[in-house]
Amino acid sequence: MERFSDLLDDLYFTNSNLAKEMILTQYLRATPDPDRGWALAAISGTLSFDLFKRNVIKSLMMERMDPVLFDMARDYVGEMSETVALAWPQSPDAVRLNRLPDLHEVIAEFQARDKAGIRDYLINLLDNMSPPQRWALLKLGTRGLRIGMSARTVKQTLAKMKDVEIDIIESVWHGLTPPYTELFAWIDGKADLPDMSDVVTFSPVMLAHPIDEEKDLPRITPQTHIAEWKWDGIRVQVSSTGKETKIFSRKGEDISGSFPDLAQAIDFRGVIDGELLVKPNGEIGSFNDLQQRLNKKKPGKSLMEKLPAHVIAYDIIEQDGVSQRALPLSQRRSALAELVATHENERIDMSEDLTFSDTDDLRNLRKQAAQTGGLIEGVMIKDLSSLYVSGRPKHAWYKWKRDPFLLDAVLMYARRGTGKRSSFYSDYTFGLWNDEGELLPIGKAYFGFTDEELKEIDNWIRRNKTQRFGPVQEVKKELVFEVAFDAAQISKRHKSGFALRFPRIHRIRWDKPANEADRLDALAALLGQ
Amino acid sequence: MQVRPQGLYYVPADAYIDPHDAVGRAIITHGHADHARDGHGEVFATPETLEIMRTRYYLKDETQETGLAYGTRHDLGNGVTLWFASAGHILGSAQAVLEYNGTRIVAAGDYKRHPDPTCTPFEVVPCDVFITEATFALPVFQHPPLEAEVEKLLRSLRALPHRTHIVGVYALGKCQRLMKTLRLAGYEEPFYMHGALKRLTELYEGYGQDFGAWELVSEIPRADKHVFQGKIVLCPPAQINDRWSRRFADPLPTVASGWMQIRARARQKRAEMALVVSDHADWGDLIRTCEETGADNIWITHGRVEALQYALEQRGMKAKALNLIGRDESVE
Ligand SMILES: [Zn+2]
Repeated sequence: MERFSDLLDDLYFTNSNLAKEMILTQYLRATPDPDRGWALAAISGTLSFDLFKRNVIKSLMMERMDPVLFDMARDYVGEMSETVALAWPQSPDAVRLNRLPDLHEVIAEFQARDKAGIRDYLINLLDNMSPPQRWALLKLGTRGLRIGMSARTVKQTLAKMKDVEIDIIESVWHGLTPPYTELFAWIDGKADLPDMSDVVTFSPVMLAHPIDEEKDLPRITPQTHIAEWKWDGIRVQVSSTGKETKIFSRKGEDISGSFPDLAQAIDFRGVIDGELLVKPNGEIGSFNDLQQRLNKKKPGKSLMEKLPAHVIAYDIIEQDGVSQRALPLSQRRSALAELVATHENERIDMSEDLTFSDTDDLRNLRKQAAQTGGLIEGVMIKDLSSLYVSGRPKHAWYKWKRDPFLLDAVLMYARRGTGKRSSFYSDYTFGLWNDEGELLPIGKAYFGFTDEELKEIDNWIRRNKTQRFGPVQEVKKELVFEVAFDAAQISKRHKSGFALRFPRIHRIRWDKPANEADRLDALAALLGQ
Repeated sequence: MQVRPQGLYYVPADAYIDPHDAVGRAIITHGHADHARDGHGEVFATPETLEIMRTRYYLKDETQETGLAYGTRHDLGNGVTLWFASAGHILGSAQAVLEYNGTRIVAAGDYKRHPDPTCTPFEVVPCDVFITEATFALPVFQHPPLEAEVEKLLRSLRALPHRTHIVGVYALGKCQRLMKTLRLAGYEEPFYMHGALKRLTELYEGYGQDFGAWELVSEIPRADKHVFQGKIVLCPPAQINDRWSRRFADPLPTVASGWMQIRARARQKRAEMALVVSDHADWGDLIRTCEETGADNIWITHGRVEALQYALEQRGMKAKALNLIGRDESVE
């Protein structure tokens, strides 16, 4: 545990990424299994469980320290874990340990204990630790480590340790679990690269750049590019060994549990990149429909029959255990077409190649997308020669979103921001009028405005305060924002019945009287209701 | 005792304690710039503090100086007796003990209870009114032993022998305490020093402190960058990340201060190593000291006043905030 704590401190205080990589490398080389693997998991955020809950820490502290003083201290420090780490008062009957347990012992011990046992063990460790060690433990235990090292930098470090390309690490990473002993055996030269052929793994996805109409459009021709609809579902990766199938979100989260109907229908060996949607009554459903499936970790039979899962396949990343990443898109699309044709499956079809001959056609397609009531978000344009590269390579794929929806909404509440913005009201809740002339909140936004505008809004808020609810400041219902958003969905959690996706402040309508702002009907109309 | 714009004023002796403006009669607890100012008509302080003030040009020819060694009683007239008790803060630092009409008031100035090889330890003086600071008055401030912090620095020197460890320290007190503690921990290399630290270090040496070999950075040719690799360079805190520090090969900016306990503070200073070195009493020592003086009344001058007042009142002591302005916390 001491070395883990030293490692975190060193990483935390080091500024340059290169130096961080060196520090991590030294630690991983010098530390035995399984400790180094657990440390790696803690740093890269792959631990799948909390060792203890945040409220346990808080309640332990409240038993030991005057709550007024604790609040003063936390306000000063700005954060709970660090406050506890520094201010922890030794128990009067503290049990002294001869040595601090190793990291893996700590993890095993917490996992083996029940609620009361976890409390006792936590007290015992905190009593025996220095403030930086306590900080390390509290951050580890609640999975709250932020030491300025991205998952990618961590993988880069591993790649450099073995002197291989980062893609090799990426290719096995999602099949491995902490404490990564096979991975280190390979890095140490004591074993082969872990074989992932029988393991269903996530393979990092390729992403598109927003199109720059001036620079990018002139380059695009039907000979060099294809166009596809950008559906408003969620991007998924369907990964199957032929026996076992998993469905991963874009970020590698396993969501197979929510879509067993789709997973069971896959009978090929390969990895497909596509859009997950639902098809009520045989027609592609809205994001709202999909949301009902996403919310259910274990969907019932009737829900699956009402809203069957469906994939529109864009791409193929692997087929029969062979990576297709190094083939150009044109060849991958042919392979995909063949796969979809031979494995006739009503759950999967292939994205349509949209016909176009010039950029005007593309503009028209984009306009058509705006007429679909939100089903289609825009157009994807992809270079036929592009290889499948994880991340966001330049000049390969473009997304051209339809124009956002716009509504005039009234500012209702504001909160202070965090970090640089902590002295400004920068977090806004706004609403639309209902038939009774009441304002109902429809969303929150904290960007879309310039620093200059932020100051002006902040100033307006300070002059128009009404009530305060904890951190939330209510204001006079007088300032109108033109709010842009990508889609709206029905939401039971909001009193207005709607939730906006990706809302941002498009314009501040200093000129517009609040009673001329939009009504909830306008939002319903956008949804085609 | 009154709080006036110039500072804390003791009526029976017509004297201010550590005033921040020029006054007729001043009692100075110690030489830090936010306590010792120039231009007073009459100054009472320990001989060491007077020496520090002289070195910093705080004493003019016309200033009337009275140097009082620890424990020496002096009649201030009007029935008031003044004497100094050591405060353990820096060389010459003192608590001003004022006795009048059978009442004893102790103005502690800045003080600490942790050991310091460069100054006399704090002395508890039983009193009726104890006037305390509250710089680190929050339960999160529990200063670690200095030896542990010094060990952290030594470990880093061993692990990163190519990097120049640039340690930002305040010129008076912190610099000398850190050097001395490093020597006691067995560090034998010369210290390399920014010019701003020279005169006060020499002053400490004049009082018998031995810091071993040290050299001014400015006296080493610019081309000899390698000299500093794996060594300790001492400079004022503002210099660790500015143009001055760019002359060193692969500098590792380090700050030694009591504030370094708070991670965000350390990051703000862009320190890559944070050494918790404080000249002030920590939370536990503040409360312990207030209790040990047996004072019926505790008056709190500056810092996290509210927290200390609350904690003392919880313990059944009478505590009040004096709300003195003008104390500069950045020097800690
Ligand atoms: Zn001081």
